[in-house]
Amino acid sequence: MIAIFHVLLFFMIIGSAVAIETKNMLSAVIAVGAVGFGVSLLFLFLGAPDIAITQVIVEILSLIILIRATTFADNRAVERKIDSFATITGLFFLGFFVMATVWAFSDLTPFGEPLMVVSQRYLAGSSAETGAVNVVAGVILDYRAYDTLGEAMVLFTSVLGAFVILRRRGKKPLDEADTEQFGIISD
Amino acid sequence: MLSHTSLYILDMALMGMGVYALIAKRHIIKKIIGVVTMEYAINLFLILVGYRAGGIAPIEDAQISAADLAARAVDPLPQALVLTSIVIGLGTLALMASLAIKLYEKYKTFDMSEINRLRG
Repeated sequence: MIAIFHVLLFFMIIGSAVAIETKNMLSAVIAVGAVGFGVSLLFLFLGAPDIAITQVIVEILSLIILIRATTFADNRAVERKIDSFATITGLFFLGFFVMATVWAFSDLTPFGEPLMVVSQRYLAGSSAETGAVNVVAGVILDYRAYDTLGEAMVLFTSVLGAFVILRRRGKKPLDEADTEQFGIISD
Repeated sequence: MLSHTSLYILDMALMGMGVYALIAKRHIIKKIIGVVTMEYAINLFLILVGYRAGGIAPIEDAQISAADLAARAVDPLPQALVLTSIVIGLGTLALMASLAIKLYEKYKTFDMSEINRLRG
């Protein structure tokens, strides 16, 4: 099982390298889609079918959004000359980041033995307390329902933001004078 | 070499690819791709931390009782929180893509350094 995880993670790293380095933007976006479906498959093997389903749906939607953002323009990469300072800085931070995380992993529990202090209670009492046989559904919709409410609010705000940004212009023509008055009218 | 922290390290390498794309690339869509890659890596890391060796999915059925789940299932709490995070990732992606589209309409280019020069 652990070998499958390693193979999938290598596939995802290669896919993201293709996505970052390829010249054609459409193939970069599709490589990101391949990485996302690899993540989804890995979620399925890790015992998380709910997240695997969600990841597939979100991946399809984000592919549609990214293809919309690339294909209406020229879909070639714009890098003509290599920005060496940015590349060196990026590689430096990549190395620094991996080193720091390897150092931080010494404080984690080993892979395959999670701590599960709170989760034991959820696992034992979910079907009796919430009536949900799927413990993940019990957590998101009952034990931590306020979290899900906040998620819905964040999602609504981002959709509203995208709508406001993408709107062509206001409903009223720019050269038309204001005829209606709102608020406190002085005369 | 298939030790148990090597999965964590590979996952952080994936996150590092995203950091590299975010810093070094000048194309806006490439930067968005970097953010999306980082998001995948972090979600996957939280699920990896909650994995129990040989664990089953935290779903009861006729054969598996609640006591069995407490003994054998993987951690459901990171799964619930990552579910939230994935959906929020879609929202931020839509916001970033719409900003990129607007920038292209205004400046006729996706090149970040070009946009910096044209400003003003």
